[in-house]
Amino acid sequence: MNVLVCVKQIPDPATPGELDPETKTLKREGKLILDDSDAYGVEMALQLADKAGGGEVTLVSMAPNNEVSGLRTALAMGAAKAILVSDPELVGSDSLSTAKVIAKAVERAGDVDLVLTATESTDGYTGTIPAQVAELLGWPSLTFAKHVEVGDGKVTIERQTEAGYDLVEASLPAVVSVTAGVVEPRYPSFKGIMAAKNKPVDPVKAGDLGFSGDQVGWAGARQEIVSIEAAPEREAGEKIADEGDAHERIVAFLEQLKVI
Amino acid sequence: MGIPKVWVYAEADEGKAANASLELLTKAREIGDAVEAVLVESGAVAIAPELGEHGAAKVYAADPGTSLPGVIGAAALAELVGEQKPDVVLFDQSYDGRDAVARLSAKLDLPVLTNCTAIAVDGDAVTVDTAIFGGNTIVKTTFKGPKPFLAVFRPKSFAAEPGGGGAAEVVKVEGLDTGRAGEAKELDHHVEEREGPKLEDAEVVVSGGRGLGSAEAYEPLVDELAKLLKGASGASRAIVDAGWVPYAKQVGQTGKTVKPKVYIAIGISGATQHMVGMKGSDNIIAINKDGEAPIFGIADLGVVGDAHKVVPKLIEAIKAKG
Repeated sequence: MNVLVCVKQIPDPATPGELDPETKTLKREGKLILDDSDAYGVEMALQLADKAGGGEVTLVSMAPNNEVSGLRTALAMGAAKAILVSDPELVGSDSLSTAKVIAKAVERAGDVDLVLTATESTDGYTGTIPAQVAELLGWPSLTFAKHVEVGDGKVTIERQTEAGYDLVEASLPAVVSVTAGVVEPRYPSFKGIMAAKNKPVDPVKAGDLGFSGDQVGWAGARQEIVSIEAAPEREAGEKIADEGDAHERIVAFLEQLKVI
Repeated sequence: MGIPKVWVYAEADEGKAANASLELLTKAREIGDAVEAVLVESGAVAIAPELGEHGAAKVYAADPGTSLPGVIGAAALAELVGEQKPDVVLFDQSYDGRDAVARLSAKLDLPVLTNCTAIAVDGDAVTVDTAIFGGNTIVKTTFKGPKPFLAVFRPKSFAAEPGGGGAAEVVKVEGLDTGRAGEAKELDHHVEEREGPKLEDAEVVVSGGRGLGSAEAYEPLVDELAKLLKGASGASRAIVDAGWVPYAKQVGQTGKTVKPKVYIAIGISGATQHMVGMKGSDNIIAINKDGEAPIFGIADLGVVGDAHKVVPKLIEAIKAKG
């Protein structure tokens, strides 16, 4: 079974994000890393391909400046190859434009049974791309999966709901988005890290996927950012060090709020 | 003059209208001249009075059967939008809401703005606030291009208030073409037993983070305190990622937004991505070993100390009060 995993390479979330005041896009100048959220999809893909007794795990990533450092992490975990879409024309793409690019990349990858994604990226977190990609491909999508099984040409998931979960099934090929924590991502081994350096990365431009300059990126955006401002700050209150009796202060506060 | 026609993609929750849908209808009433809803639910007639009371004059209802609601919702909207020409469609940032808006945007080739927290109308211009970088920055974006504008709102962006309208007129939508997307079927519903209130409705929320030290500490410290205060238990992303507790408990950017009367953060350092989901709480209490943790910057009462020492004593003291 061939599984394609969408992975995003993002600025380290530990460093505060910044917008470029000129272009109003996220600054992505520093080193990019594999989005933690995507490590679960990569691990899931490796396990599913293994269980199916064969097949390849292919990565797709759209990133500026031919960035590969995050992709190498996923290749080191065990993915076979990657498609890297990198083109200045794609800067400023919104979620639908990004989904169009990914859908075309899935078609380029060819023989794909299953596309795995995270539920949303850590930096942009629109959470719409999995179902957008599925719609563009004309495939079923099973979103917010906390458990995934594949067999007999079908994929069955436990889909997170407000009340618990639903058991949901679709025929392959399909798109599945997985929630964080569903599997434990493996750490790349030394052998994996060395092997990753020689794994094939297919560099792709927007034009290779059939897009012209005015369809994607800023040129294709149909919205205008009018202002960017800091959100109102919340003030800190009282801070105490626990000397063995801090719980009494909390009890008093809860009593004052009439919670107890 | 408001927007001529505002639609709300409404959702049901245990046979009633979802709170988030009533919030959106309340806002729609304020910005729109005509307000209508689209609902994917077999029991739409039972929900129509509540939707009407909050502002919907009409509700277009599709029965999902065993299909995924988002797939049916997108198909229904795509068909109706062409006939009815709404100017704006408001969605709740829920599991099914996101499925529906995502598929609809691809069907109609329209952009979507997600993580919205406010919407304003000035003449023909419709501008939304979106919270980025975990909510520390607000971006105002004006829609351009063809209608309808698609905006997805974080829950609790608006307060739900009834407007006194009568039951919404129910218009059934049938015979939708969902293509291969419709092959996805719900086989079974599993309802997890829940003691106490839902996370997003609770008056008190107690959340745990990495500072708990281990998955085993969650139940006796976080769950126990939440139960005692008749509240709900939540979690930071770190311990959801680590597999200690399910995704459903996650509070923050990628999880739930809560605004309880009291939020108690135990062993949570306060990454921006967590704070966006809870900083609207009326009162925040934080317990953390690291006195420099960002959570103390927004806490009304901060306790620098070991959760394993403070929380058991707190639980005992509350129990003693009976």
